[in-house]
Amino acid sequence: MAAPLSVEVEFGGGAELLFDGVKKHQVTLPRQEEPWDIRNLLVWIKKNLLKERPELFIQGDSVRPGILVLINDADWELLGELDYQLQDQDSVLFISTLHGG
Amino acid sequence: MCQVGEDYGEPAPREPPPAPRPSREQKCVKCREAQPVVVIRAGDAFCRGCFKAFYIHKFRAMLGKNRLIFPGEKVLLAWSGGPSSSSMVWQVLEGLSQDSAKRLRFVPGVIFVDEGAACGRSPEERAKTLAEVKPILQAIGFPWHVVALEEVFSLSPSVLRCSSQEPAAPEEAYKAAVDSFLRQQHVLGAGGGPGPAHGEEQLPQPRAQLPQNPPSLLRPPAAAQTEALSHLFCSVRTLTAKEELLQTLRAHLILHVARAHGYSKVMTGDSCTRLAIKLMTNLALGRGAFLAWDTGFSDERHGDVVVVRPMREHTLKEVAFYNRLFSVPSVFTPAVDTKAPEKASIHRLMEAFILRLQTQFPSTVSTVYRTSEKLVKAPRDGPATGDHSPRCLLCMCALDVDAADSATAFGVQTSSHPSQIQLPTSLTDTGTPQESPIALIETRTPQGPCCFPGGPRAQGCCQGASRREDPQACIVEQLCYGCRVNMKDLPSLEPLPQYILAEAQLRTQRAWVLAELRDCLIEDSDDEVGQS
Repeated sequence: MAAPLSVEVEFGGGAELLFDGVKKHQVTLPRQEEPWDIRNLLVWIKKNLLKERPELFIQGDSVRPGILVLINDADWELLGELDYQLQDQDSVLFISTLHGG
Repeated sequence: MCQVGEDYGEPAPREPPPAPRPSREQKCVKCREAQPVVVIRAGDAFCRGCFKAFYIHKFRAMLGKNRLIFPGEKVLLAWSGGPSSSSMVWQVLEGLSQDSAKRLRFVPGVIFVDEGAACGRSPEERAKTLAEVKPILQAIGFPWHVVALEEVFSLSPSVLRCSSQEPAAPEEAYKAAVDSFLRQQHVLGAGGGPGPAHGEEQLPQPRAQLPQNPPSLLRPPAAAQTEALSHLFCSVRTLTAKEELLQTLRAHLILHVARAHGYSKVMTGDSCTRLAIKLMTNLALGRGAFLAWDTGFSDERHGDVVVVRPMREHTLKEVAFYNRLFSVPSVFTPAVDTKAPEKASIHRLMEAFILRLQTQFPSTVSTVYRTSEKLVKAPRDGPATGDHSPRCLLCMCALDVDAADSATAFGVQTSSHPSQIQLPTSLTDTGTPQESPIALIETRTPQGPCCFPGGPRAQGCCQGASRREDPQACIVEQLCYGCRVNMKDLPSLEPLPQYILAEAQLRTQRAWVLAELRDCLIEDSDDEVGQS
């Protein structure tokens, strides 16, 4: 049983275009059965934050290739990627590298 | 290799076995002390400090080992606002301000091209972007140039002509240049004042200069030009051709600014990932002959201005991490392919393919990159004709369309010009390979009925004169295979900027005159007196 979590979700590199141009979102994840991990967070984002074109952000149950995920300014590969369990006051940043230049 | 009697064992696994996951509990692979923050390549976890050192070292090593940029040289940094070019500009900024032993020694300027009109942005949106761009340019401190893409309409045809190529400076020349530069510094330092600090005053200090305010920034581009540009881009049928056209026009504009202000080098921020995607995309676009120039470290096709790609070993992931961890400012500008679906263009498709492959096989990008490093630039017909071989009108690479080789010439031409169905029979007669525009004109001398009565008026078929007046045919003849395929997606070539049309006309006329003169020479010598 997971307590409600307060998490900051940020988008950069052009990913914010899919979220009405808003870069920072302070979200409160509701209480639920399973603990909150990145996998659940993505589902939640798709349902509640994503405004358009889900296929440009999410592919399958993970992010689209080319989108980096940083948790508390660290690579998510070091923290277990989708299986990382979110804690209160965590900061998750999604950077799209596809908009190059 | 396969052997007779070899039995295929169990079927090859669909996915590679998962590599052991790096975890936070490990230490940084380099210093073995600090906690890692980023995973580079396949499983190397770096801490913040080691990552920074690694990143900067890659940049400096790329410049250092190629030894193309001489001390005191003027280098134009092409900044699009995006992460890779922002990172590059930042590296140059930091590199110039280091202590004298390791300091970068060239003189930079920055150019920003406003492509809003091609992407369909409103003037308010473009003004907003410029308002974000200006403070960054001022903070950087180098002389900057902000140009709108509309300025291609005021370019002169000379931008499409290659200046004579300077011979590639050998190793000794570089060393000698650096030595003399250092001696100069030392002398100036010893002459007066305390050491190198005084000597530095002699070097143009980018920061002390007032950033130039080019007139193009004082007023927005003329509405007629904006209209013309957006009309041009709207008339392009496919996103692939749009992207290619945008790249071409942007390259011409940057080349023009570089020449106008005396820059001999242009640095672009193409990253490893982007270049790997570009390599595969260009193969699909029919530009395989020019891969070495399009994706290599240096691109000397213009002769006097050399395009250099110092970021070509940095992956997009490293760039994004560096920018985030060390707060490199960048400006996000939507491009022509923003939010385009995956199959919208060849570029997007290839990008999705490579990135998806990369997630499963993390060495994909680096493998493609290593392959691109091995590409060698060989002139088409041997070194002798290197300078004088005809160049593509748009991309300025040596023309790869050989009139005698029916595979390229025939395949591209027939779909656009009904008259050229006659071409194969006369092609096989020419035999000897010739410069393509002349060959195409010569095969048009009527040997049989070319324009049949009652048939569609063949565009510029038989007469050289009417051929010269047809802009479409003029231009297409002057293009390499890849550019011809792109131009097929433009229903009419009229909206192209005037400098392209004018130069195409000029080259066709020149080729026609040459052909006529050759004809004269073949005739009896009695006629020459009257003809010349």
